[in-house]
Amino acid sequence: MGRKLLLEHINVPGINTFDVYRSKGGYASVEKALKTMSPEAIVEEVKKSGLRGRGGAGFPTGMKWSFLAKPEGVARYLVCNGDESEPGTFKDRYLMTYIPHLLIEGMIVSSFALGANTSYIYLRGEMMPQVRILEKAIAEAKAKGFLGKNILGTGYDLELYVQPGGGAYICGEETALLESLEGKRGNPRIKPPFPAIAGLYGCPTVVNNVESIAAVVPIINEGGDEYAKIGIGRSTGTKLISAGGNLKKPGVYEIELGVPVEEFIYSDEYCGGIANGKRLKAVVAGGSSVPILPANLILKTINNEARLMSYESLSDGGFVSGTMLGSGGFIAYDEDACIVRNTWNFARFYHHESCGQCSPCREGTGWMEKVLHRLEYGHGKMSDMDLLVDVSKKIEGNTICPLGDAAAWPVASAIRHFRDEFEWHVTNASEATSRNYGLAHYADPLKVAETA
Amino acid sequence: MLRVDEAQEPVEFSPALISKFDEIVSRYPQGKQKSGLLPILHLVQAEFGWVSAPAMDKVAEYLSILPIEVYEVATFYTMYFLRPQGKYVLEVCRTSGCCLVGAEKIMDHIEETLGVKEGEVTPDGLFSWRGVECLAACGFGPVLQIGPEYTFYENLTNESVDKLISDLKAKAKN
Repeated sequence: MGRKLLLEHINVPGINTFDVYRSKGGYASVEKALKTMSPEAIVEEVKKSGLRGRGGAGFPTGMKWSFLAKPEGVARYLVCNGDESEPGTFKDRYLMTYIPHLLIEGMIVSSFALGANTSYIYLRGEMMPQVRILEKAIAEAKAKGFLGKNILGTGYDLELYVQPGGGAYICGEETALLESLEGKRGNPRIKPPFPAIAGLYGCPTVVNNVESIAAVVPIINEGGDEYAKIGIGRSTGTKLISAGGNLKKPGVYEIELGVPVEEFIYSDEYCGGIANGKRLKAVVAGGSSVPILPANLILKTINNEARLMSYESLSDGGFVSGTMLGSGGFIAYDEDACIVRNTWNFARFYHHESCGQCSPCREGTGWMEKVLHRLEYGHGKMSDMDLLVDVSKKIEGNTICPLGDAAAWPVASAIRHFRDEFEWHVTNASEATSRNYGLAHYADPLKVAETA
Repeated sequence: MLRVDEAQEPVEFSPALISKFDEIVSRYPQGKQKSGLLPILHLVQAEFGWVSAPAMDKVAEYLSILPIEVYEVATFYTMYFLRPQGKYVLEVCRTSGCCLVGAEKIMDHIEETLGVKEGEVTPDGLFSWRGVECLAACGFGPVLQIGPEYTFYENLTNESVDKLISDLKAKAKN
């Protein structure tokens, strides 16, 4: 049984209220940080913890904090990224729904560390219930003296606000989020300048994912060194994994980084195997943007080592045979899933969500969607697969923000690993509209094929 | 599609609504009131059921920004309705995770039950429906949400959708 740092008390009745949360040791990190630590010392602890951004990019949080410019007389902001729109990811919604005070506690400590006196939690607009939950929790914390003027008599002031977006995946990109928070279209900004220099209202700003900010709480309570002992290598601490798709027990799991993927999928402690007695065909391990892998490659690396749920192990083999941990959006596909249809679904998503600023992404995502649509509906050509790879290569790396890459990778990886299924959709067009390709040679996880 | 050239009913914001706007704008630094645009548009939509061009003009006036600054935002984000909708808009997630567990069948069922195509309003004005992109509830799919509270309905089946629709019909009568 792995350690739970974030979700330990999630099943305690009333944990969403201040009093119960406090009785379980909540807000201890605020007292410790504000009364006994300097902002620099907090940043140092977060650096020592090795915490990496939980939103998807995996950039070290402490390092991001240390880049924050601190010009005299200029306001600094902490903005929490709760846009959570990556298909497959639903951990932040879960955390905010059931244990909202954890996020608020993390926001107070983090804002203090960064010298911010006004902080915003930006949520995707669809999360109106969570807006209400957080606003209630903020009011409770304020009534108890943990927010507002002169917090706990330390002289530190902090106002915390929740801001709903309007329904746009792109606002999960930090500069698009800042644009949206300023009341504009969510068009990502050209970097540099980075938000650490010129972010919200042109002021130095740090944008962190909900889970990253929540993780600051155990880091301060237990110390960065202790936190770093959990996990494996440079993947320290615990991670929330959103498990969905054809799993017996889908849901949000907190894992110690380094759990074997096979254990995560099949053990009863986690997902309990594939639903309805089916076999596993493929997995998207870190949200829709990361490369999809067939069952054999997600369970074992190309060197036949067991693959682990960690930043390094999942990306072992690069994009040829590996993927990424990303945001931890884990989607399992059983033998009945059609990879072509799923890839078309993803391509449509990215076409729909492209902000339209950069031509390669605006046009390319649309072309990919069209080509995949005709493949799925029996009008594809044999040359379409190369065409898709070609388009994806021309998007990748040629856009202001990573949405272009995120749109390109799932298409390119699906063709890389499942080309025969795409070809079958061309050669057996009418059959493909009435039945699925099935498992073919894609490894059954329990009887791993010899061919890797 | 936004049509600003059509004649549309002028709107008035009630003092209660304006005071909600005031509270939102107080969250931002002096001169940055435009930050309140997205939350304010949500309030307008909750009040009127959709966001009309005259309503947007009013919002622009309130925030001391140009009308185009409101139009460009309202057309960019997917949650704002630029056309009148049914009283209840069923928004069903249509992205990968939910499709694996039957979201497409749920949408077919809704279309059949309500008898209107995606984006259309039922003759009684009660319902419209549409597919939306990932709602961040992939473990509990298929899911749908209904504004303006954006209540979530998870693990949908044809039966639970039927019940939801009849419950909403009963609610609308009372």
